[in-house]
Amino acid sequence: MSSVPLLAGIGNRMRGDDCAGLLVADRVREIAAGSIEVRDLEGEPVDLVEALGCSEVVVVADATSRGVEPGTVLRLDVTEAPLDPGISPPSTHALGLAESIELARGLGRLPASLVVWGIEGRDFAPGAPVSEEVARAAEQVARALVEELAP
Amino acid sequence: MSQRGRPTRTIRTEALARVEGEGAMRVRVAGGEVLDVQLQIYEPPRLFEGLLRGRALGEAPDITARICGICPVAYQMSACEAMEDALGIELDEPLRALRRLIYCGEWIESHCLHLYLLHAPDFLGYESGFEMAREHGEVVERGLRTKKAGNRLIAAVGGREVHPVNVRVGGFYRAPRPAELAGVRDQLERAREEALETVRWTASLDFPELERDYEFVSLRPEDPSEYPIDRGRIVSSLGVDVEPAGFDQTFEELQVEHSTALHSVVRGRGSYLTGPMARFNLNRGRLSPLAAEAAGAAGIGEGTANPFRSIVVRAVEILYALDEALRLIDSYEPPARPFLEAEPRHAVGHGATEAPRGLLYHRYEVTGDGEIASARIVPPTSQNQRTIEEDLHEFVSAHLGLPDEELTLRCEQAIRNFDPCISCATHFLRLEVEGR
Repeated sequence: MSSVPLLAGIGNRMRGDDCAGLLVADRVREIAAGSIEVRDLEGEPVDLVEALGCSEVVVVADATSRGVEPGTVLRLDVTEAPLDPGISPPSTHALGLAESIELARGLGRLPASLVVWGIEGRDFAPGAPVSEEVARAAEQVARALVEELAP
Repeated sequence: MSQRGRPTRTIRTEALARVEGEGAMRVRVAGGEVLDVQLQIYEPPRLFEGLLRGRALGEAPDITARICGICPVAYQMSACEAMEDALGIELDEPLRALRRLIYCGEWIESHCLHLYLLHAPDFLGYESGFEMAREHGEVVERGLRTKKAGNRLIAAVGGREVHPVNVRVGGFYRAPRPAELAGVRDQLERAREEALETVRWTASLDFPELERDYEFVSLRPEDPSEYPIDRGRIVSSLGVDVEPAGFDQTFEELQVEHSTALHSVVRGRGSYLTGPMARFNLNRGRLSPLAAEAAGAAGIGEGTANPFRSIVVRAVEILYALDEALRLIDSYEPPARPFLEAEPRHAVGHGATEAPRGLLYHRYEVTGDGEIASARIVPPTSQNQRTIEEDLHEFVSAHLGLPDEELTLRCEQAIRNFDPCISCATHFLRLEVEGR
């Protein structure tokens, strides 16, 4: 298990604000290349189970669909406590983020530290553009997590 | 509310919030009789069809791949085949073998995800895959290892595990070197051993009783030794036998009052079933000897019409896909060119391949400028919707004595027999008793 922090950005670039996690990943690659390992996970959260076992410190970035203001940022430490399944937008038919984390927990694969950053999306329709609030929030989240992981 | 004075019993879904639509299911029972079943569990990809209009034809594989997070390769394959049909491109055998190989990877990873994490928990009485993982960690780990082997294979051919970037109309951007394929061989071999155990394990599960007289629909390749994955004519157990171009003359999508989703039927007949059980029943003589032997030992050697046994069929297909992948790797010859090209022309192209869930049909009209004028995509889950309703009707009719909670769980399990694009929505059914 590596000591280099890992950021897993989850999302779908063809479904509007569902790319929020990937935008965070893109930005972190630009500003912290080398000090944080970055992976894109597109619509296959079960691969997150594998990613969770790769580093002692893992951060996940994803879009949320909680019914709050678009662009609202959420930071949750889920190392000990489960993630609420209701915060993620439903995917076509993969396991959701919360279920994948609990699967990893059940298999004893959680890292020493696991934090989830969520960005509330406005529009998840296929082909929709990224909303301004989400783009701004992605920049904010990227800077905040780089500050935490690689000060 | 009662029906003609009889108390009614209703099994209803809670509206499932989805980003592009809603899923719902309702079964109404009165006087010991199922009155109706209404199901809407999949939103047809109409939005993607609209998105494709005006785009360059070469973009179709990448855009359609994003319709489904679990089977992007299937969309890429059907899209490529349809565009190649439109342009008159015929792949040579080495390129075709690579297409089949990457598709094997997707069958492995998709079937593993469904079998272990979405469907098996139903059979063992768990609410979810992760609950099952707590008490059957070794079993789940085996599923994840096998799935990983499928992902690695996709990456070896497609350039990336989750959304292959190497697939293009006419072939691939880059053909893998033999050493790159050899690099996944060991992992596939180990996975094949574990897949044998998966067949044995699924065969040991308890299967609810249900047998129906389906019309099975699948591809059937021209080569009689080939199990259908990436090409073939469209055939059925009741005599359908057409090229992919004959899809619209053979099948019809009907509007139904209770649903925005369309119901597919064979014209002049009725519902049909596509997917692993259909492929297996129509083509099981074409399995590799290892997979055929495993199917026989698992009790389905002569076929099966019990949809609950589809979990065993999926296990056999995982084994077959691993066996076939190893055969393709061992006989791999790099293609002379990684892709073939042709001048754009105004044409209509059809593509039909076997996604893990069943027949996936694409049709495109393209312009002389190389743009997409129109697109039509018919996924397997859409085609199975009416059959799923009929299964539920029959299953509920035969199990009315079950308490509400158990009947609801069994209905969810029955829907997951089809591995539809809403499989993961555990407990999306809600039973409401309106009167007894």
